Amino acid sequence: MTIYLPIAELSVNVLIILGMGAAVGFLSGMFGVGGGFLITPLLIFYNIPPVVAVATGANQVVASSISGAITHFRRGTIDIKLGTVLLLGGLAGATLGIWIFAALRRIGQLDLVISLAYVLLLGSVGSLMLAESINALRRAKRNEAMPLRRPGHHGWIHRLPLKVRFKKSKIYLSIIPVAGLGFCIGILTSVMGVGGGFIMVPAMIYLLRIPTNVVVGTSLFQIIFVSAYTVIVQATANYTVDIVLAFVLMIAGVIGAQYGVRVGQKLRGEQLRALLALLVLAVGIRLAVELVLPPADIYSVISSGSGF
Amino acid sequence: MRRRLASFLVALALAAPAAAQNRADEFTEKLDIGISTDEIAITSDFRGADLTIFGAIDGFAPDLLAQGKYNIVVSLEGPKESATVRKKRRVFGIWVNTQSMTFELVPESYSLSSTRDIDAIAPANEMNNMGIGVAHMTLSPIGYIGDGSSVTEFRSAFRRLRETSGVYQRDPGGVQFISASLFKASVRLPADVPNGVHVVRAYLFRDGVFVAAKALPLRVIKTGLEAAITEAAHKHPFFYGLFAVLLAVITGWAASVAFRRD
Repeated sequence: MTIYLPIAELSVNVLIILGMGAAVGFLSGMFGVGGGFLITPLLIFYNIPPVVAVATGANQVVASSISGAITHFRRGTIDIKLGTVLLLGGLAGATLGIWIFAALRRIGQLDLVISLAYVLLLGSVGSLMLAESINALRRAKRNEAMPLRRPGHHGWIHRLPLKVRFKKSKIYLSIIPVAGLGFCIGILTSVMGVGGGFIMVPAMIYLLRIPTNVVVGTSLFQIIFVSAYTVIVQATANYTVDIVLAFVLMIAGVIGAQYGVRVGQKLRGEQLRALLALLVLAVGIRLAVELVLPPADIYSVISSGSGF
Repeated sequence: MRRRLASFLVALALAAPAAAQNRADEFTEKLDIGISTDEIAITSDFRGADLTIFGAIDGFAPDLLAQGKYNIVVSLEGPKESATVRKKRRVFGIWVNTQSMTFELVPESYSLSSTRDIDAIAPANEMNNMGIGVAHMTLSPIGYIGDGSSVTEFRSAFRRLRETSGVYQRDPGGVQFISASLFKASVRLPADVPNGVHVVRAYLFRDGVFVAAKALPLRVIKTGLEAAITEAAHKHPFFYGLFAVLLAVITGWAASVAFRRD
């Protein structure tokens, strides 16, 4: 059963798109991430032009983050003030990212940069997460307690000026690293079509020392707005949001996510993190192999009229 | 505005072989073609289409016809756009686009059908002059091309890529005579056919010499929802983006309500 995508301007098998959406939704529900880092490469593997894949991936991230954020909002695990500071940085980053995106597209290096960025990010985040979760699993096996946080050890991040009290998170922190983190993630959102949850969550926990219980909800809160902003700007500047593709993906995605959440609740935190780390690494390695192996064809052709 | 531009382009495209048509004065033969539709609609389940073109040769010489000296080539040319070919090279272990060449106004799709292999119909330089066939199509590079030594390489890469992706195709047997002078040609529109005005061209050759040509426009348009979406995305991009976000918000919210377990 095929469906014609009006913006990507090609016909695709709707069952494959539904399958991709459901699989990514399942994983994103299981691990509590938006799934943008999976859906965009998958769409590119399926011959969707990278420009459309990135913009449409951001749209799918909005849908999957909303349902997650609503749950966190009900439980009261969102720090709106912290989220807003992240968001302000994020919007600035996304604006710069859109500009970078358009510039790379003009010089013909967009695909390379998207792939390289994915390899670097997924590779480093995946390895860090894997190492951390293996350590945690070992400790759990030996029945050791988690090492306690050393409250005095804050590092340079906590010596920065412009400190603000975030009541819900119960921390007193400079807004510079918070907005800076948002800014970096914002660039990634518009260049790579990812929500950035898989980077933001560890960065908030390990770098900013924000309590774990508010981290996921707060990151989802900011991802919704930055992704939504990216979708609108991509649509306005590059005309690359394919609403048909996005809708098929998000329908399958949100349903898959609900089942993913149920499976995720049966697994332990460190097991989940180890699995997510393996998944992140696998996608990164797949993309790295593609960059290093000789391509099937060293030539490629694009036409000026088809949105590339 | 867009429609007016389109019809101007059609007029321009149809006028192109006019110079060639003048040559028909030396010959008595005339060529006529007709297609069943001048519009192809792209719907959500579009998987490509076969187009049948009927034609007739008038004023032919019966003895030449009996000997099979008449040959017909029918092409379906998509809208023209500039196309850039990029070449990858290994840089620090990874494959990077390093060289590129842009060809001016080449058809986005091209389907060729003929009574026999076109190289057996007329000499290559004749085909080159008329730009018939993928191998003879005019590919003029624009911008800086260095000493020009790589033009051939990029041209052949362009032709090969377009042929392997299926947007350029040929069928050296796709034109069949159904009676003495009446013929039928079938050309194929690929599934990822570009929208816009395509041109059906038919060429008549007598014993390796070009005799007459005829062209007809064929509009390929998106219809219904697809057309509405494309129009919205380009005419009201901000509201389109806003709507895409709203759709995501509603979908996400509906899922969290539908699957709420408390």
